[in-house]
Amino acid sequence: MASTKTKKFTFNKQLLIPLAAIVALALFNLVVDPSFFKVTLGTNSAGNPVLSGYLITILDYGSELAILAIGMTLVTAASGGQDISVGATIAIAGSVILKVLCGNNSRPETLQAPIIVAFLVACVVAMLFGAFNGILVAYFKIQPMVATLILFTAGRSIAAWINNNELPIISEPSFGYFGGYIPGIPIPTPFFIALVCVIVIMLVLKFTTLGLYTQSVGINGSSSRLNGINPQFIKFLTFVILGLCVAVAGLIKVSRLSTINYSVIAKDIEMDAILAVALGGNALSGGKFNMTASILGAYVIQFLTTTLYKMNVNSEALSAYKAVVVIVLVVLSTPVVRKELSKLFAKKSSKQAVKEVA
Amino acid sequence: MNENKKTGNKFTKWFGRTSDTNLLLTITIVVFFLMYIGAIVFQGQGFLKPQTFFNILNANAALIITSVGLSIVMICGGIDISVGGVVALVSMSCAVYLDFHNGSILGAIGIALAIGLVFGMVQGFLVAYLDIQPFIVTLAGMFFARGMTTIVHTAPFNVENEAFVQLKDTRVIVPGFGSYNKLGNYVNAYVEIGVIVAVLVVITFFIILRWTKLGRSFYAVGGNAQSALMLGINVKRTRFLSHLICGVLAGIAGFVYFMHVGSGSASHASGMEMNAIASSIIGGTMLTGGVGNIIGTFFGVLSLSTIQNIVSSAGLDQAWWTGITIAAMLCIFLVVQSVVIANKKKMLTK
Amino acid sequence: MKDKAVLELHNIYKTFPGVKALQNVDFTLCEGEIHALMGENGAGKSTLIKVITGVYEKEEGTIYLKGVEGEAHIHSPQDAQNLGISTVYQEITLCPNLTVAENMFIGRTKGGITNWKKMNEDTDKILKSLDIPAKATQQLATCSLAVQQMVAIARAVDMECKVLILDEPTSSLDDSEVRKLFGLMRDLKSKGVGIVFVTHFLDQVYEVCDKITVLRDGKLVGEYEIKDLPRVQLVSKMLGKELDDLSDIKEDSGEYEEGDTGVPVFEAEQLQSDAGIKPFDFFIRKGEVNGFTGLLGSGRSECVRAIFGADRVINGKVKKNGKEVKISKPLDAMKQGIAYLPEDRKVDGIVGDLSVRENIILAAQVLRGFFKPFSKAETYKLADEYIKLLDIKTASADTPIKSLSGGNQQKVILARWLLMHPEYLILDEPTRGIDVGTKIDIQKLVLKLASEGMSITFISSETDEMLRTCSRLVVMRDRKVVGELKGDELTQSGIMKTIAGVKSEDTKAQKQEVEEGGESVG
Repeated sequence: MASTKTKKFTFNKQLLIPLAAIVALALFNLVVDPSFFKVTLGTNSAGNPVLSGYLITILDYGSELAILAIGMTLVTAASGGQDISVGATIAIAGSVILKVLCGNNSRPETLQAPIIVAFLVACVVAMLFGAFNGILVAYFKIQPMVATLILFTAGRSIAAWINNNELPIISEPSFGYFGGYIPGIPIPTPFFIALVCVIVIMLVLKFTTLGLYTQSVGINGSSSRLNGINPQFIKFLTFVILGLCVAVAGLIKVSRLSTINYSVIAKDIEMDAILAVALGGNALSGGKFNMTASILGAYVIQFLTTTLYKMNVNSEALSAYKAVVVIVLVVLSTPVVRKELSKLFAKKSSKQAVKEVA
Repeated sequence: MNENKKTGNKFTKWFGRTSDTNLLLTITIVVFFLMYIGAIVFQGQGFLKPQTFFNILNANAALIITSVGLSIVMICGGIDISVGGVVALVSMSCAVYLDFHNGSILGAIGIALAIGLVFGMVQGFLVAYLDIQPFIVTLAGMFFARGMTTIVHTAPFNVENEAFVQLKDTRVIVPGFGSYNKLGNYVNAYVEIGVIVAVLVVITFFIILRWTKLGRSFYAVGGNAQSALMLGINVKRTRFLSHLICGVLAGIAGFVYFMHVGSGSASHASGMEMNAIASSIIGGTMLTGGVGNIIGTFFGVLSLSTIQNIVSSAGLDQAWWTGITIAAMLCIFLVVQSVVIANKKKMLTK
Repeated sequence: MKDKAVLELHNIYKTFPGVKALQNVDFTLCEGEIHALMGENGAGKSTLIKVITGVYEKEEGTIYLKGVEGEAHIHSPQDAQNLGISTVYQEITLCPNLTVAENMFIGRTKGGITNWKKMNEDTDKILKSLDIPAKATQQLATCSLAVQQMVAIARAVDMECKVLILDEPTSSLDDSEVRKLFGLMRDLKSKGVGIVFVTHFLDQVYEVCDKITVLRDGKLVGEYEIKDLPRVQLVSKMLGKELDDLSDIKEDSGEYEEGDTGVPVFEAEQLQSDAGIKPFDFFIRKGEVNGFTGLLGSGRSECVRAIFGADRVINGKVKKNGKEVKISKPLDAMKQGIAYLPEDRKVDGIVGDLSVRENIILAAQVLRGFFKPFSKAETYKLADEYIKLLDIKTASADTPIKSLSGGNQQKVILARWLLMHPEYLILDEPTRGIDVGTKIDIQKLVLKLASEGMSITFISSETDEMLRTCSRLVVMRDRKVVGELKGDELTQSGIMKTIAGVKSEDTKAQKQEVEEGGESVG
């Protein structure tokens, strides 16, 4: 029943899953085409030094996922479900930023407001939409995936409506730093933004009881309540936090192009975010979670995506492959399958034991 | 204490005693008629012509069929968001088969059914026998279908196969509803073949859900799966069959859609699953399961498309506004459903 | 088979890993008889029912059914149903969204087509013959709970059962609904159906049953005619104490004060929650240990849950040191210094996947607040302290609590609440599922804490535990407070009599009382 081993290290076994995936993908690329790992230092159109290469791409785009994974992990942990509206709400957040910066003119010469203000407004808006989801899930007790279906359907339309269906373009170069490169720094900025977010969430998890409460609520809401925790509020809070993550991701996304395409921006990103959480070894049914593993999982997903791109799989077909990965992961985690697998392992180890004895 | 009962209000009595299904159906039909009347009043001329109504049917035959399938899955307590992807995959596959492999119409129909069947079976198995949440399974199914569509063929194209084009352009005349066009000539009202298929599907499954053991077991499992098990129903098989039927219907809808658009494209049927779910909910199907009916779903589709028609004839940008209005209708109906049912319970217990 | 018997069980044995659920149990049910099956927790009632209904397979013993040659082989619920054994469970196992008629016939019709007309007609016939106030075309959800229960029974009966098992059918019904149900049962009785009535409610048993079978600790205590078994004796048989056993001397373990004076530290006035107990008054003094006693299902847990705010309070107030305090949720109670160790540790107590250490600090952490988390080092220190104090057997403080044994899990939950240093500690069945040695440790701990000034409520199904530790006992029966015992009244017999509702010591007079009562019910 209780093992007799004592744990000396604080290294969490859960991290092994994404790490193993990284190793597997790295080996695969090493074998197929080692040039995958080449990183070159060049100059971009503005004359600044930039690093480029597939690895840089992973760091760059994976960082968006990492930011989303933070919020998605909390939502999954507390309510045992996923938020599929993140792509649509990124569109809304991006649209809000553009609206604040451009006002009513879709090709403004100068910014109508400081970028920081636009970002803060986007944060508020995104958190409000997160609260909308949170209320449906926590207080109306609707299944998370179904509740977030509403924004999934309407989100992009709302985003387009915010800017009257126009596609504002920002010509102010400093806006492009967030999704691109800050002059003089060869590493893409999204990576630093993600770093900041990761540090923030780690601090929050260390200096508040958010982690404990979220896990407790996700594992056993009834016991949590009898310990004085308010399960509905915790669930609600996780959705609001995800809203904040969405706003940050939205800023990065519109900054890349300095404009927006309502139907294309962040398309299918929800699948990646869910996969990141799952690949981090977190149960999609909620409960205990490991934030570091999720963040690693995000980069792993990006690693997978980039590898497939390199092999000339087009972006549409990509989703087919990812779908298969999701199904395999989920099937492997079902109790039925787990039982069968452990029976198999039990047979093997007993056979070994017999061999050793004999 | 029982003030409500004492007032003996006939409406209250009827309200309290009707089943949830019938109550929601009534609301749906009333809403639809109100909307259509509203459309006539505000948008005038166009809506008075019967052909406008038939055109709504023509444009939405595939949606009607997928909505029927989705209603069945939802009544049984599950959900399927892969139907749009399946429709797109079927269209593309049939297009490729007809034009690049010189296929026959029958062969194309066979392909459509086969694709639907496979999706239905695999998803049904994962949900019913491995106990995986339907949302995840069908979400993956949706991405898989969409991905496969581009793998089958990347670029969109129009089908030129002669036999098919003939089939596509066939008009089934509806006698008696014709009208005079601008030149003063009498033009018959018509529907496409797909509409006939859709109507057949609606009638067939209305009968199945109301009068067969299988149909009733969908309601039982959706109402209370634990009880259904105790009552002797094979819950796993029932759930499996609900997904299977939804898959097959998605396949049929795929061919009907294909007949309507005449082409294959990766962006076909985009969002159809959400429309199907919305139609079902508007039609009185409850997300929680156990409540719903096919006639209501049919009216739900009509309501949805009437709104789309109003939106487009009012000159608003269709793509964006329909998204918002559908989501809003969905939200409203979800709230109305829970309020109505909650009030019904209140009226009974005290 | 005995004359007129429809079901006979002989020498039934059923074991689970580590638990002897049934040992050599006999049970006989006759035609046209309402037979109560009673016993406290762990007595084996539900195991016996599951053996009869085919959910479990017996290891040894024989089952005979009327009309079946030789032994009856029941290997599945389907078998039981086919042999004429029908069961109606506590939770209504019907589909509320279907009509009454559908619920009546679904799952057992032959053929694929539903003939609504016939189904409705047949259903109306059955409803009429059993005098059930419902229409075949009504949606089941529109019927009251009692009627739904009756429809479930009607379905069971229509399947021409010989044996009808009712598993706690009255738990969610109010008085008038219970009357209706009993009417139906008597009707079935007159038609020759044998009914097994599993329940906790003493009054109901005496109102409607003919015989009682009592189980205790997996063994058969006995089968009795109702008229031969006065309530006091029934209670004594269920609890396993003899009426004459007056030699229950309180073990004077440790010094504790006879807190007979002093302002009560906590009081409840006409407190009522939505859990179905009648409004009650309650008080406890500083350093006092009191208990709630009564049979299972009598409402003990519901009372303390109402005090803690665990259930929604609909009436009444709670006072601390004479001043009213608002307790609408557990956190309010905790802030007032009240701690609650719940009865069902699996559902309400442990947070399974979290470690022992996290479970221990949980309540104290919530009190500290969101922005003041314990440092990891602190949690280890606190956890280790209590692991030692309560001798919790765990591989480490980081082991997930769900992998500990039941007894050790209970100790972790206890540690959690002790860590809070409460003023008032409520223990609901703290010794359930724990080995004897630890039981005694916990009782000693309770007395020690009381001597240090903590007020404690101790609820246990084992009355000697309460007698050893409590200075006052609140007695409950059928969800109502029926008495309070203190001082000299704290004896086994005192408890049993109060539960049974009997005041006089004369057992013969009690027999007469019951007989007369039985006749008037007839």
